[in-house]
Amino acid sequence: MAMLEVKNLSKSFDELEVLKDISFDVQKGEVVAIIGPSGSGKSTLLRCINQLEKANGGEINVCGTDMLIKNAKGKTVYADSKVLRAIRLKTGLVFQNFNLFPHMSVLRNITEAPVCVLKQNKEDAKKNAMSLLKKMGLETKADSYPCELSGGQQQRVSIARALALSPEILFFDEPTSALDPELTGEILKVIKSLAADGMTMVIVTHEMAFARDVADKVIFMEHGYIVEMGAPEQLFGENASDRVKQFLQRFNS
Amino acid sequence: MAKDDMLTLLKLMLEYVLPTLKLFAFTLLFSIPAGMIVALLKMCKIKPISWLTNIYILIMRGTPLMLQVIVAFYFIPTVQKNDSAPELLRKFLSGVSIRGNYIFWAVLVAFVLNYAAYFAEIFRGGIESIPKGQYEAAGALGFSRLQTFFRIILPQVVKRVIPASSNEVITLVKDTSLANTVGYMELIYIAETQSSRLSSLVPLFMAGVMYFVMASVLTLLFSFIEKKFNYYK
Ligand SMILES: Nc1ncnc2c1ncn2[C@@H]1O[C@H](COP(=O)(O)OP(=O)(O)O)[C@@H](O)[C@H]1O
Ligand SMILES: [Mg+2]
Repeated sequence: MAMLEVKNLSKSFDELEVLKDISFDVQKGEVVAIIGPSGSGKSTLLRCINQLEKANGGEINVCGTDMLIKNAKGKTVYADSKVLRAIRLKTGLVFQNFNLFPHMSVLRNITEAPVCVLKQNKEDAKKNAMSLLKKMGLETKADSYPCELSGGQQQRVSIARALALSPEILFFDEPTSALDPELTGEILKVIKSLAADGMTMVIVTHEMAFARDVADKVIFMEHGYIVEMGAPEQLFGENASDRVKQFLQRFNS
Repeated sequence: MAKDDMLTLLKLMLEYVLPTLKLFAFTLLFSIPAGMIVALLKMCKIKPISWLTNIYILIMRGTPLMLQVIVAFYFIPTVQKNDSAPELLRKFLSGVSIRGNYIFWAVLVAFVLNYAAYFAEIFRGGIESIPKGQYEAAGALGFSRLQTFFRIILPQVVKRVIPASSNEVITLVKDTSLANTVGYMELIYIAETQSSRLSSLVPLFMAGVMYFVMASVLTLLFSFIEKKFNYYK
């Protein structure tokens, strides 16, 4: 079953075309890695799917629900706001800079959305948050504030925060890029364990070994286009296009 | 001056601290929420609204509070409940004062309008200093716009605007003395009249001490509040 279908997606900032004719899909339980040079539109793609930017054209379908469609006149239109809200709860996004809420304890960071948005009972939300924290190895940090945590710990909290809404599909935008190299490992480990649990994920990353290791499908983007897409063996193998090889070379030194 | 005279004077003057505090408290009560609304209006994406708000802020910050108090004093008492806009304008241009208990309200209107403009700029600075990522994280988690503002943004703004607001609040205590210009009987009024009656600077000195005490209490209060917010960075 397709958890995400993107067709001919385009997005411009004024004159600047950032996404051009982007089409791909993500099946249930699949892990998709998006790689490519900086400025190629990877973040914008995730932001369009997560409704943080408005796309200009194309179609997006999340878990079988149309979010962005071409209407009868061929015009691209969004679903109504109720549907968009419902879709928003099916997608989760983990940011490069964590974006934790600094005025809330770790626990509150995780329970706030389930309680306020999903109207979950406070006790249930708390129990669920504690079990997520345990999974992240942070059960002792529930009452800490984000500023008291290391970058790696903050990112694990932000992953727990996204998971607390039980999203159907989880997006990561360079989840380790703001971390010291010795801390990236702990985040990659968490993502791997989520993959093992069958979580559907789309991960923008510069960790090529990780992408090769954990992804079922790899997408290489450049200048707003998907240049190449396929199994990791293909993109990281001998048969990849010259452009992909050239790009990957920088990571092999 | 005899000791008894001093005590009587002190008691008399303390009575007039009350109208000073009344103006202070009512000004804060209205100008802080008004300042928040003005800040939001100024950030409004509808250009004419943010424009008009900006003109209001420019006028309030660019002219003396004393002048605003005097204008309000002549204008406010002429306002009737169901005045039309042109009628209000006519009265504004040719306002005559009616003395009496209107004075307090006229002064209060001027103070609130003035302080709302200053608070608005502080609050706007605070709101704009919150990183975009906070809105995005809230949006991605499904918070509505109102929830995002009240649960995520505003609590962080409060912490950031405390130092600048404390300056305004302490200035306000001292600014209340401007109300004396239009005959609002507060601390400066009594200090001045007693000073000339007794041909002594003692009443003025006492008034100075009283302002100083009020300002110091506020300073302490704000440093306490600031510490309260130190639990996060
Ligand atoms: N809000 C924006 N306004 C204008 N241009 C933007 C905006 N966001 C991104 N861009 C531009 O879009 C292009 C793609 O950016 P981005 O999606 O962040 O790339 P990546 O994540 O692959 O590094 C860049 O040229 C960037 O400057
Ligand atoms: Mg990016």
